[in-house]
Formats: sequence, C-alpha cells, structure tokens
Amino acid sequence: MSEHTERDDRDDRTETDRPAADGSRSRDRDALTDGGNVTTPFDVVSEYEETRQDRYRKLYDAYIYAPVSIVWRDWRARIGFSIILLYILMGTVGTWIIEPTTVAEGPALAQPFETMEYPLGTDDMGRDLFSQMVHATQGMLKMIAAGAVFTVVAGTTIGAIAGYKGGTTDSVLSSITDIFINIPGFPLVMVLALLLPIGGNPYLVGILLCVASWGGLARAIRSQVLTLRQESFVEAARSMGIPTRKIVFKDIVPHLMPFVVINLTNAGRRVIFEAAALYYLGILPFEDLNWGVTLNLAYNGGAHYRPEALHWFLVPMGAIIFISIGLILLGQSLDRVFNPRVRARHEKMSADAAENIDNDENPTNTIGGL
Amino acid sequence: MARVDWRVRRLAQTGFTVWAVTTLSFVLIRLMPGNPMGAMVRQLESQGVDPVRARQLVELRMTIDPDKPIPLAYIDYMGSMLQGDLGQSTYYAAPVTEVLAQAMPWTLFVLSWSLFISFFIGISVGALMAYWEGGKLDVGITSWAILMGSIPFYVLAILLLIFLSYRGGYFPTGGRQPTGIPPGFNWPYIKGIAYHATLPVASMLVASGIASLGMRGNSIRVLGSDYLRVARLRGLSDATISTQYVARNAVLPMYTTLLISIGEMFGGSVVLEQVFQYRGLGYYLYSAINQRDYPLMMGGFVLITVAVVIALLIADLTYGYIDPRAGGQNDESY
Repeated sequence: MSEHTERDDRDDRTETDRPAADGSRSRDRDALTDGGNVTTPFDVVSEYEETRQDRYRKLYDAYIYAPVSIVWRDWRARIGFSIILLYILMGTVGTWIIEPTTVAEGPALAQPFETMEYPLGTDDMGRDLFSQMVHATQGMLKMIAAGAVFTVVAGTTIGAIAGYKGGTTDSVLSSITDIFINIPGFPLVMVLALLLPIGGNPYLVGILLCVASWGGLARAIRSQVLTLRQESFVEAARSMGIPTRKIVFKDIVPHLMPFVVINLTNAGRRVIFEAAALYYLGILPFEDLNWGVTLNLAYNGGAHYRPEALHWFLVPMGAIIFISIGLILLGQSLDRVFNPRVRARHEKMSADAAENIDNDENPTNTIGGL
Repeated sequence: MARVDWRVRRLAQTGFTVWAVTTLSFVLIRLMPGNPMGAMVRQLESQGVDPVRARQLVELRMTIDPDKPIPLAYIDYMGSMLQGDLGQSTYYAAPVTEVLAQAMPWTLFVLSWSLFISFFIGISVGALMAYWEGGKLDVGITSWAILMGSIPFYVLAILLLIFLSYRGGYFPTGGRQPTGIPPGFNWPYIKGIAYHATLPVASMLVASGIASLGMRGNSIRVLGSDYLRVARLRGLSDATISTQYVARNAVLPMYTTLLISIGEMFGGSVVLEQVFQYRGLGYYLYSAINQRDYPLMMGGFVLITVAVVIALLIADLTYGYIDPRAGGQNDESY
C-alpha cells in the first residue's frame, strides 16, 4: 500500500469512481485495469474461497462420483459388476465355505439339481462339480488379472510411442510388434507351455497366454495414433514445446481410453479362453481341477456321446461363458465412462439437477447421435 | 541421399519378420524338453524291441540328428528351407512339405468362409446397432453379441458336435471328406465336403459377435465427430451420411482387426480341428507337438507365419487407400 500514498497528490479523480484511499492512478492506467481497486495483477484474489475440502470434493466428483454414477445408471454395468463380484466372492470367500471335493465323494454322474448336496451334479468319479468350479475360480482370476494387465500395459505403451514418434523408433517398435503378431500366438503358447516350468503359478500362466497377444493391441493403438497425431490439439501441444512423453500419455492416450478399456476386458476373456483350451487339449500340466481340466476330463470320459454325462461338459462351459459375459458387460459400460459425449451429458444433467434421469437411457434417438 | 520408398522398407521388414520368426521358432522348438529320438526309442522299447536295436532303427528313419549342435543344425535348416525343403516328418515318415501341402487347402477353406461370413455379419450388425444407439434393437442385438462373444469357439464347437452330430445326426462327427466316395468334381463328394465343413465354419461365427461390438464402438466414436454435424447441416441424406461418413471411418480399425484375426484363426485351428478331427494344418501341428516331431512343427509354424505376414503386408500397403489420414508413412517428421 505504500506505493499508493506516493501518488495520492497526482490524483485528479473524485471518490465517485472508487474509494479515495487508493485513488492513485492516471486515466491511462485505469484503462489497463478495469477500474477495480487492484493495482497490480498479482493482487487479484478469487472472490470465492476454496478450502482444501472443496478441492477434494471437486476431485471426488470428477474422478469417483461422476464415473460411478454414469456406470451405475447403465444396466450393463450393474449386471457386469455383479457377475465379476460374484466370481471374486467365489474365489475368496467361496473357497472357505465350500469344501474341496474328492474322488468318490458322491455317486458317479449324479444329475444337476437332483440333491442339494451336489447342486450341479458330479462327474464320473463322484466329484462334486459345484465345488470344482468354486475352487478353480481363484486361480482363474489370478490368470486373468496378470494377463490383462500385461497385455494392456505392453500394447498401449509400445503402440502409442511407435505411432506418435514415427521414424526409426516406429520402425524398431513396429518390427518387434510385427514379429509378435506374426508368430502364430496359440501354437507359440503351446510350445512355451511345454518348454517353461510354469505349471503351478497362475500369474505366470496368465502372462504366458498373453505373450503373443499384446501385438494386436499395439498395432491397433498405433493406427489410431497415426490418425490422431495430425489433429490440431496435438499440433498445438507440439508447437508449445510440451515433451513427447507428456503429449502421448496425457493428450493422445486418453482419447484411446475406450479402446484400451475394451481391450482390457478382451484380454481377460482371451486368458480364460486360451487357458481353458490349453488345459482342454492337455498341454498345460494339471495340478488342480480347473474349468479347462474339467472339460478335458469330460471329453476323455466320453461326455459328448453319453447323454447322462452331458452336464459334466455344460457346467465348466457355463462357468467360462458366464464370467466372460460379465467381462464384456463391464468393458462396454466402462467404455461409457470414458466416452466424452456420455460424460458431457452427465455433467449437463447434474447441473440441471433434473429428475428425468431416464432420458439418459436413449439419448440418441436421432440418427447420427446429433 | 534419396529417400527409400516406404513400401520397399515395408517389404524388407516383412522379410526380416519371416527370418526372425523362423529363427525364434527353431530355437524354441530345439529347446523343448523331450526330443523326437528319445520319444521314438522309448516307443519301440515299450513294444519290446531291444534298446540298441531300437536306437539303430530310429537313426535309420531319422533324417535329422538331434545331437548336432544347434548352430550347425540351424545353418543346415535355413539352407534347406531356402530350397523349399522343410525336412522329413519323423512321425508321418513323409516330407513335411507333402504333409502340410495336403492339409493346407482344408484349413484355408474353413478359415476363409468363417472370416468372410463372421465379418460380414459383424460389420453390418455393428453399424446398425450404433445407428440406433440405446434403442430397442441395440439392446436386443447387444445381448446377442455379448452372448456370442462370451462363448469360446471350441465350446460352441463341442456343443454343435454334441447336439447336431451325436444327437441329431445331421452332420458327420468328424473328418473332412465323405468316406467311400471317390474324390473329384462330382456332386456327392462336394456335398460331403460342405457337410464336413459346416460345423467348423459355424463354430467360428462366434467371432461375429465380437466384430459387431467392435464395429458398434468405432461407429459411436465416429458419431460424435463434428464433420457429421456439418454433413447433416448440409442436408445430406441419412443414407449418404451412414455409408459415406460413418461406415467408412468406423470400418478402418475393423480392417486391421480382420487381418490380425487371420493369424488368430490359424492358431485357433489347432483346437478346432482337434475337436472335429478335421485333418487340416492345426490338426497336424497338434499331433507334431505331441509327437515332438520337430520338422513338422517347424514347417507348420513357418507356413502359418508366412500366411499371416503376407496378410499384414497387404494391410499395410492398402491402408493409405482406405484411410487417407493414415497415409502419412512417408511424412514421418516428428
């Protein structure tokens, strides 16, 4: 405030314009500011005070509340989440509650729903199929998690960098990607499964199953980035001198999030499919019964031509199909969280605080979504 | 220095890929536990043949020497491969090229039909779903697509086999051609082949579910674009917008997916052909892995690899024509 007093005497304006206390500038200077009682731009203070709590609430709204409420409004999300949650419960709590099954626990090939003791029936050695399914879940979930994370991290990183950088980087990364795409994935996994001593570790099996499959994602991401890197916002960021790493992961990759998320769930599904196939063919060594092993035993037990053994096939198939329905639904609904159009609609609705939430269910009756 | 055309570089890259895959699979297969010689010796011994005599017999039949150091074996193999000789199958006692050459057309036959039909269904259904996003049709077809996408193709294959072959008796339970009919261009034989291929092709149709979901996602992303708003304001008809604007832009990622899925389907043929006992490429690959038949395994790998590499090369060379935005291969200035 001391600078104001120096200039007090030169002030020729009256107190009608502003409080007398800081009336200190010429008309020219007034034109630069908007006539407020601020002399330098550094004195500007927001008229609202934002406490730390407010800031946390905003972050919470943006990153937790909005996604969750968008997701929850979608029927797919509700079903998908419930299914996955059910499997997680089966893999954790279920293994405590349900006792592991043994040979000759019950009669051979009891039909499903015959007795409450064996709700899904038994196989030809009298093992409870329900218990087999529950106890296989934990290992399967570990495989899925390991495989999905590996695929998405490797695929997105390599694809985005290759597509954006171009030149030599692209050539080198694309060559590596090409090799992995071109190696016939499933046969390679078959060979590796025989070669590597990974039999019992579900995390390693999960990663092994995805060893050849990140290439497809990397290539798809690269092709998307190739089209995105010509966009104006990327060019703007580049001309502002923002480092490449930031442009790729802060500006470009978020645009591909729907794609990446769908691939996350796809990778999970692939792990289940391939694991079950490898166990079904008898290529991965059995240690415990899991869904694929049960399929293998059923096939070898001739369940495909013995009508009374049909459920032996259907139960593990059901377990595989059901979790994969859950994964697809989840992927679809998470896609909506990252979709800017859905997000914008959500924000508009929150602002209106309107009750007509149902509108969200069929937002784009008009063709082209406009 | 004159800039080398990117197509030339892409061709060189393709050659490099084939070489790298061949080398990698050679090393991997060599590192596999259990060698074919030991397996055959043990097999003969279990039939009561004297161990020394068994070893001599096997050495007579084998054209490869499993005790040879890997680098030497590698040079030999690459040399003969360049001359189109993939060695002698130890299990089938026939040249690998012969075994694979008679299997290849069957696999290609099933795969091409599966790919064509499933992508045709997937792309058209996906576009329809995106068009009426959120409508009743979308919800209905989404459920169908999700179900299709959730079924592994081999599970569908087993189910079809159980219900349509073993129970219904409509289709043969295995094999690839009718028995007792001389091969040739006669109607019963062709009909028999079609019957044998129907279930394998049908099981691969699960891919259409995933393709349609992918297409739906792509289309919806395109639907948010400004240029569609402009197209609408210009008063273009819905038909023009949907075919010229939405479909063209949404189909591009599908094109890559399509060509990549060729490789996956080749891999999947191992399981599929095992389920249907369909003697194609995958059937022989599986039997080669089980029998530790190195030359046949290598041959199968190389054959599949070359097929996929060519498909991807086609994808790259035609990419710029399909989407001019991605045609910047010769403008890599960043």
